[in-house]
Amino acid sequence: MKIAGFLLLLTGWLLVLAAVVLLAAPAARSGFVLAGVGVEILGLLLVFRAHLPFARERH
Amino acid sequence: MPATVPALSEVGVALCISLILLVPLAIAGVALINTGFVRSRSAAHAMLSTLCVVAIAAAVYFACGFAVEGYAGRPLHAIIVAGKPWSWLAAEKFFFGGLELDGSPASLAALLQLFGVGLAAAIPLGSAADRWRLGASAAAAVLLAGCIYPLFAHWAWGGGWLAQLGVNYSLGRGFLDCGGAGSIQAVGGLNALAMLWILGPRRGKYSGEGIPLAIPGHNTVLVLFGCLLALLGWVGLNSAGAILFAGAMPARVVLIAVNTMLSASASALTSLLITRIRFGKPDASLVANGWVGGLVASCAGCAFLEPLAALLIGMVAGALVTFSIQWLELIAVDDTAGSFSVHGLCGLWSLLAAGLFAHVPGAASGQWIAQVVGIATLLGFVLPLSYGLNLLLDRVLPQRVPPEGERQGMDLHELGAGAYPEFVTYTEESMQR
Repeated sequence: MKIAGFLLLLTGWLLVLAAVVLLAAPAARSGFVLAGVGVEILGLLLVFRAHLPFARERH
Repeated sequence: MPATVPALSEVGVALCISLILLVPLAIAGVALINTGFVRSRSAAHAMLSTLCVVAIAAAVYFACGFAVEGYAGRPLHAIIVAGKPWSWLAAEKFFFGGLELDGSPASLAALLQLFGVGLAAAIPLGSAADRWRLGASAAAAVLLAGCIYPLFAHWAWGGGWLAQLGVNYSLGRGFLDCGGAGSIQAVGGLNALAMLWILGPRRGKYSGEGIPLAIPGHNTVLVLFGCLLALLGWVGLNSAGAILFAGAMPARVVLIAVNTMLSASASALTSLLITRIRFGKPDASLVANGWVGGLVASCAGCAFLEPLAALLIGMVAGALVTFSIQWLELIAVDDTAGSFSVHGLCGLWSLLAAGLFAHVPGAASGQWIAQVVGIATLLGFVLPLSYGLNLLLDRVLPQRVPPEGERQGMDLHELGAGAYPEFVTYTEESMQR
């Protein structure tokens, strides 16, 4: 789960970079940049979840 | 961000040097805050760690940090992506080679960064206090000052691709970070989060059922005095940074100081109000965190904000700090001094707020997108890099002190003597297990 979280963080960043480079229309660029940040937030939540010691013990 | 910063007048140089020399007060403030938040048996260790880490960070930055970071208008490595130059790395020489220390903007920037990198390296010490070995924290400072910090600082401050988003893609004036909300605060705060994940909570912080227990800091007076010292340091940092990295005129120092003060005040008062409503009495430690969170939140756009906007930004920062510290505690992130919430989260908020509220003269629209790209870079690149490097370091040099060290206290275990030798507070029997 931890590795998946970090991969999502990286993927979100690459999505943001791709949006900046490839999209010129402001609306599309903004949308994809925000989507990339959304992916990063998902990744961050996963990494937080993976570091919950008590949750791990319960499972 | 302008491609090059014009040479300053003699008065401008003198003002800039005076402002830069205030920055060590920010480090002193953070050191006092970190020390006040630990238990009395780890106080000397906390202060010594800060001193060592600041010294190592400065030496490493001198040796190779500036070579990686560089400065706008100086040599850099760039690749061409879809017809646009993307600079990823500076092409300076090691040991400040080729840099004349003569009062030029580049030399002033190098001086500011010697202190700035120390501040960034001191931030994780607050989070991981009471359990982070001195040697390991020094080694982690080498990674931060030699690799993580200068890399992001080049992108944001050294004429790198983030700074050029305005020129290349018409996103405002490019990534705006006057006082180091991203380059110093968020980088330090995210490094702190990485350390928190690697080290885990302190012994005795959580009951067997996972309920967080209070481990109060040993000296609230140190913490609050540190907050006042930090104010001076932040005024210097924001002002010098805005002049050197955002091309602000020296006359803007007045606006910057007003914004810094207002943001800190609003943030501290918001924290005070929230804790007063929630707990019935103001919580001194959370109010102190709120104050510093407000200082951090003022950084990114300080030279281009209306004072009313600075007030609003500070209020949001105060609420963010207060709630996030408590929320993180609930999910087993034991942040001793709240450094991640204060520096990391408020640093990110500061960057976003600059995109929303700053009025940069002559900038195209889309500033907020440039700011979001910077935030995404911090989360998607700097955080994984910090975590990965420190995890590798942990394999070579264990970062966490052994259990008996935590029981004994960091002072006795690592230094052989306590900060308060005549004042025995804890005994083996009275400790939480």
